[in-house]
Order: sequence, then C-alpha cells, then structure tokens
Amino acid sequence: MTGTARAIGSRLLELAIVFVGVTFIIYAMVFSLPGDPIAALGGDRPLPDNVVAQIRAQYHLDDPLWLQYLRYLGNLFTGDLGTTFQGASVAARMEARWPVTITLALTAWAIEVVVGVLLGLVAGLRKGSMLDRTVLVGTILATSIPVFVVGSAAQLIFGLRLGWFPIAGTGDGWPTSYILPAIVIALFGLAATARLTRGSVIDTMQSDFVRTLVAKGLRQRDIVGVHVLRNSVAPVLTFLAIDLGFLLGGTVVIEAIFNLPGIGQMLFEGIRTHEGPTVVGVSTALILIFLVTSVVVDLINSALDPRIRA
Amino acid sequence: MSEPLLQVDDLKVEFRVGADVVPAVRGASFTLHRGEVLALVGESGSGKSVSALSLVGLLPDTASVSGSARLDGDELIGMPESRMRHVRGDRIAVVFQDPTNALDPVFTIGFQIGEMLRRHRPSMSKAERQERTLELLRMVELPDPEQRIRSYPHQLSGGQAQRVMIAMALSCDPELLIADEPTTALDVTVQREVLDVMRRLQQRTGTSILLITHDMGVVADMADRVVVLRRGLVEETAEVQALFDAPQAAYTQELLAAVPQLGSPERPVPEASEPVLRVQDLVVEYKVRRGVVRAVDGVSLEIGEGEMLALVGESGSGKSTIGKSILGLAPLTEGSVTIGGLDLATASRRQVREVKRSIGVVFQNPTAALNPRATIGDSIGEPLHVHERMRGAALSSRVGELLERVELPASWAARYPHELSGGQRQRVAIARALALEPTLLIADEPTSALDVSVQATVLELLRELQRDLRFACLFVSHDLAVVDALCDRVAVLHRGRVVELGSRRRVLMAPEHEYTQRLLEAAPLPDPRAQRARRAA
Repeated sequence: MTGTARAIGSRLLELAIVFVGVTFIIYAMVFSLPGDPIAALGGDRPLPDNVVAQIRAQYHLDDPLWLQYLRYLGNLFTGDLGTTFQGASVAARMEARWPVTITLALTAWAIEVVVGVLLGLVAGLRKGSMLDRTVLVGTILATSIPVFVVGSAAQLIFGLRLGWFPIAGTGDGWPTSYILPAIVIALFGLAATARLTRGSVIDTMQSDFVRTLVAKGLRQRDIVGVHVLRNSVAPVLTFLAIDLGFLLGGTVVIEAIFNLPGIGQMLFEGIRTHEGPTVVGVSTALILIFLVTSVVVDLINSALDPRIRA
Repeated sequence: MSEPLLQVDDLKVEFRVGADVVPAVRGASFTLHRGEVLALVGESGSGKSVSALSLVGLLPDTASVSGSARLDGDELIGMPESRMRHVRGDRIAVVFQDPTNALDPVFTIGFQIGEMLRRHRPSMSKAERQERTLELLRMVELPDPEQRIRSYPHQLSGGQAQRVMIAMALSCDPELLIADEPTTALDVTVQREVLDVMRRLQQRTGTSILLITHDMGVVADMADRVVVLRRGLVEETAEVQALFDAPQAAYTQELLAAVPQLGSPERPVPEASEPVLRVQDLVVEYKVRRGVVRAVDGVSLEIGEGEMLALVGESGSGKSTIGKSILGLAPLTEGSVTIGGLDLATASRRQVREVKRSIGVVFQNPTAALNPRATIGDSIGEPLHVHERMRGAALSSRVGELLERVELPASWAARYPHELSGGQRQRVAIARALALEPTLLIADEPTSALDVSVQATVLELLRELQRDLRFACLFVSHDLAVVDALCDRVAVLHRGRVVELGSRRRVLMAPEHEYTQRLLEAAPLPDPRAQRARRAA
C-alpha cells in the first residue's frame, strides 16, 4: 500500500516538474521574441510614452522574467490564463474556440483508432500477404506526403470536383464539415497506429502462450479477440494518447486550410501578432491535456496488464 | 494386447527454409498403449518435439507433414482444422517446456483454466467450472487454490506455473497428454515435485503420456517404454529397463555412456598453493522497488592454482552473482575480492584493469556470447589485439594455435558462429577465454545449453586444458553429476549463503547439510532400477 502511494506521489511530482519546466520555457521564449507588441498596438502612430509605461506596468513587463512567470503561475491556479494586450481574457477567447478543435481532433482520433488498429491487426495476422504489403506501402505514402498537400488535394477532389463535402468553414456542422479535415490530419497518426499495431500483433503471435492457446483448442477469433489484442494494445495505446494531444495542438495547418475557427488558428494568430499571453495560455492548456492523457493511459495500461500493477 | 491408443506410422515432417526443404522427421513409427508413459528421447535436432507437435498440428505453416498417426482409429495427419480444434485440449492436451511464458500474462489462471472448460464443456455452468478449476488445482497440489485461482502467472513460481499448466491440460480428461520437456526449465528440487505430481496423476487417472525429454534421469523415473530418436529417425524402441540394461543401437549406447553420473572415482588433488582467488565475507545487495535484495550473503571461498572449485545451487542462490562480482559486474556491498593478491576494492583503476586481463570467462550460451557478425578468428583474436597489441601474422598464428588447443582446425578462423554447432561455438568461447593465458577462469554453466554427448566432450576438453595450463577455475553449475566428474572442491549455495564447502567426494558422497542432501536426492538417477528403489524408500 505504501508502495502504491509512493508510486503515485512520485508520478505526481514528475508531472509537476514537467509542467513547470515546459511552461517556463515557453513563457521565457515567447517573451524574449524580438519585436514590441505594445508599440504595434498603436499602429503607424507611436504611442505616447506615458501610455506605454502604463501598459508595461499593468502587465508587469518591467519585472524580472522569473517574477513575471511566478505571477503567471499563481494566476493559473485561480483559473486565470492571462489577459491579451487588447484586454480580453485568454480563457474566454479559448472557450469559444475549443469546441471546434475538440470536435476535429476527436473525429480524427476516432478514425485513427478504428481504422488504424483494424488495418494493423489484419496486416499483422496475415503477415506477408498482399494486404499486409498494401498496408505497409500505404502507410509510407501517408506519412511522406505533407499535410497541406493532402489537404489541398482533398479539397480539390472531394470538395470541388465531387462536391461531397464543403471545402471550408463549420457551417454544415458535424459530421459533414469535419470529416474531410479530420481524415487529412488523421492520416499521419493512422499510418503510425497501423504499423505499431501490426508490429505488436506479430510479436504477440510469436509468443509461447499463443501456442498454448492453440493447443487448448480455442478458435482463432477467441485467441485474437481476447488474448492477442489485449496483449498487443499497450504500445499502441501509449502512442494514441500522445497523438490525441498532438491532434489537439497540431491542427494549425488544417484549420488554416479548411478555415476552421479553432484553437490552432488562435495560436497561429497569437504567434503572428506577438500576443504573448495568448501563446502561453494556449500552450499551457495543451500541456495540461498532454499530461492528463499520459496519466489516463498509465491507468488504462495498468488495468490491462497486471504486471504493471502492484 | 489391446488396440493401441496412438499408432504412428512413417511420420515425415519437412520444413521449407527459403528455397530449401529441410527434413526434420524422416519416417518415424511408434505406438503408445493406453495408460502408458512413452518417452521420446533424443538430442537437439532429433525431431522429438517436432514429431509430437505434428500430431496436433502445432507446427508453423512452413512445415509439411505426411505419414499416418491414428488416435483411437482417427487419422490425425491431414485432419481438417475445424475438427482438429476439437481434438486439441479435449482429446490431446499439451504441457510445454517454459511454464512462465506458456501462460497468458494478463489473465488470471482461473480464467485460463475456465476458458478451456468453456470451450470443450459448453454445458457446464459458471459455478461448475469454478468448482472443477478448484478441484484441478487441488489435484496438482497447488497450495491455497482458493487464493491462487485469482493469481496472475507472474505471481507464481516456475514450479507452480507448471502445475497450473498440468491442471489446465488435464481439465477435460484428455486421452493423451503430450509433455514437451515439462521440467527442463525448472530447478532440480522443483523438477522433483512436478514429476511427483505427474506420476501420481498418471497413476490415478490412467492418462497416457507422450513424454519428450533429453534427460535420461527423467526417462528412468517416468517412462514405461522409450523411443530413441536421432536425426529424425527411430534408432531404437525398448522397455525402459531393457534400454538401460542392454541398449541395442550403437547410438543409444553412446548416449547412455555420455550421461554424467555421480560417483566418479578418486582423482589426484592439486597441491595446495597460494590462492589465486580469495573471496571474503562477500555481500552483494541490489536495490529494488521496495528495499534491497541480498543476493549474496556473506560468502567466503578461495581457489588455488590448478584447482577447480564448483559453485552449485539453484536459481536465485546467488551463484552467478558471485561470478559477476569477481568480474566487477556486481555491486560489492561488503567484504572483499582478492585476485592474485590484489584487493579489487582498494586497488587503483589501472591495477584492476591489469588484473582483469588475467581472468577468462566462459558463459552458458555460446551463441549469445559470440558476435554473430565477427569471424571466430576475430572473436578469439580481439583480446590479444586489445591487450597485447598483437596483429598481422603473429595474431593469426596465435589464433590458429588457440583453435587447435580447443581441438578445432586452425583453418576455421575465417568462419562465422552460425556455421558452427553449439558445442563448437562453446569451444570457440573457451579459446577466447584462454587467449590471454588467464590465471583464473570463470565458467558459468558452460555446458548447460549443450546436448549431453557434446557436453561430455567439452568437459573432457576443459579438464585437459586445466591440467596443462594450471589456471584456477570457478565452475558455476546446477548439475551435481557434472561437478562430480570435473571439480576438486564443491561449495553448495542456498539463498546467498554457502551451506556446505568441502572436497568433492566429501560433499557429494557424505553430505552434511540438509539442503545438499535434498539437492542430491532430487536429481533423478539415470537408472530405472535405482530410481525405483529410491522412490520406494
């Protein structure tokens, strides 16, 4: 029992260290970028010195970096992700955009899970077959073509030529507006999921206990469905969790191509306009998502594999 | 005589390897009667496992099987998969060699036994399955079955896991049980317990057993009749007693002669000398997740010039750890290791490097210990190249000498490990260990991975080399008969402590410690009459 408590404690400590470290690096980098966002607020006309001084004081920009960071961290615990230089709450702006990104990411992720695992499973069980080789070649293709190429090509073919899906915006709601961009961003992770599942299934199929299961007279579908799947799933699950975080944060390009008003666009805008609080706020939220999913994966893995427990 | 349960005629198995076809079984015939234990005996590559597994279609897809095998009149060879699935588990069950890997790690043992019943006895209710599972676990004498039914395989010891495998195999009362090296992966005292369980079950249920083994002791203990296989052919079939008393085939005679037996005659003992190795009050502890594990707990021993000391014990006894700490590969928590008068703990780094040159090591698995991409000449020459900066013609002539020293042709230096047999590879590993003319040789189970006939020649080689080169040797082994044939003194290890240390004949002929006695008694004698007498006692 004390062992379990200690394990959980050390895990939480790890999380805290990662969280503080990563947010500090992002904070420091964003605010040391060249260019002055305050000066940019005035447009072509330079701001009067006393206004600049007031804004700098309001945002504590003259304090040393570590103090600014600590203040930011303190605000975080009260749920305040910061205020943009225009005076809007970062959290409020994100709130409006989360649904779009989350819908997109979850749709893409679901496609990865279902199609990726299925393809990997079938390819792994029929190693060396025509289907296996097709999956292997297909995954290399899917990984090697850049997202914006696939995205534009998909818009051209399925949007313009065939007219199956809208080419931009979220006007048609889920699923119509989301399917095409979701497939495009899912491709990369789907290929990785399929390969990972394939490799894991091939390893498991070669283990001694599978021979025991055959010798017990079990049917192939029970051996695969009950035993092989559960034994093969751990590495795939770990990847899928990381990829969910990646999908949530990495939708910048696809949101731009399909003009979806999500978090990715907000982050991109923030970087472009040197809007430090926005960039740091969005990044912090994404890091939190990463950390939480990694803990959830650990819990699922230990539920699936008794050797990790204890 | 009644109709045999299993009738195998002209069984042939071939494997496709790339474009080649490699025969593994080349026309084997044998019969197994009801209630009988038939042993298939042979060395690696004899086709004993392949023959047995082909009966239930457990060979990989690259195998093609022909001939005939009838179970109670039903032809097994070429039986469609859908029917074979009902034979497996229900009529023929299999117990494999390595029990911890043969069970699915992520399901409880209760589930895994219940699964078999659910498949072959669909009419049983959940409660009945549970009841039957408990009954089976009690039958194989697993302690505390009500608790154990919820255990996962990694929570069991090797012997317990093998009992679970046996319970699972017997769950549907099979007509035939195939036991493929069922105790090879187990310690000798655990092997004894598992064999006891199998014997009692066999007597109670009358199950016919096809026992595959390379161990003549297990054959003498368990079998009624024996089929001796060699290179896919049956050399001899006989009643067990007749086989041991008067083996007919020349190969069987060789095989039996190669089996090491306790009771080697008196040998001259090397004269006492200043110890080459002295280990004093050695303690080795490893940190684990919860606290520390004491792998070696206050061990003292010394080995003189030209002397061979055996370190015997079961898995977890700390015998390999002692070897490691002499090489500086294990943390030295307390105590001291002195080699050639130099205390490793206080010596400078340069002195330690210097003294390590004088230690040669031979490991258990020669295949893993040799770089597969280097020629054997390169492997043997590497220490000479590194430590003595030897190169060119001098190096190759020295490598040639070393190869001849281990009775391999000098011209083989250009060959790769995969072109050699297991025994030849171990000779290469010995040549490499001797390259720097060590004063101390550590041999960690050097013959355990080898066939018994090969083992005999490698042991003979080691003995000759030591006589000529006069190195001190620490011989780590679990096999008391091998130790008896080779060593001068014996140290018996149990849970990190030396429980008995003395001259070979004293320890093995008149053991004082209870654990040594247990160890000696557990190893089945390769003689059915003697083994029967011991069992009766």
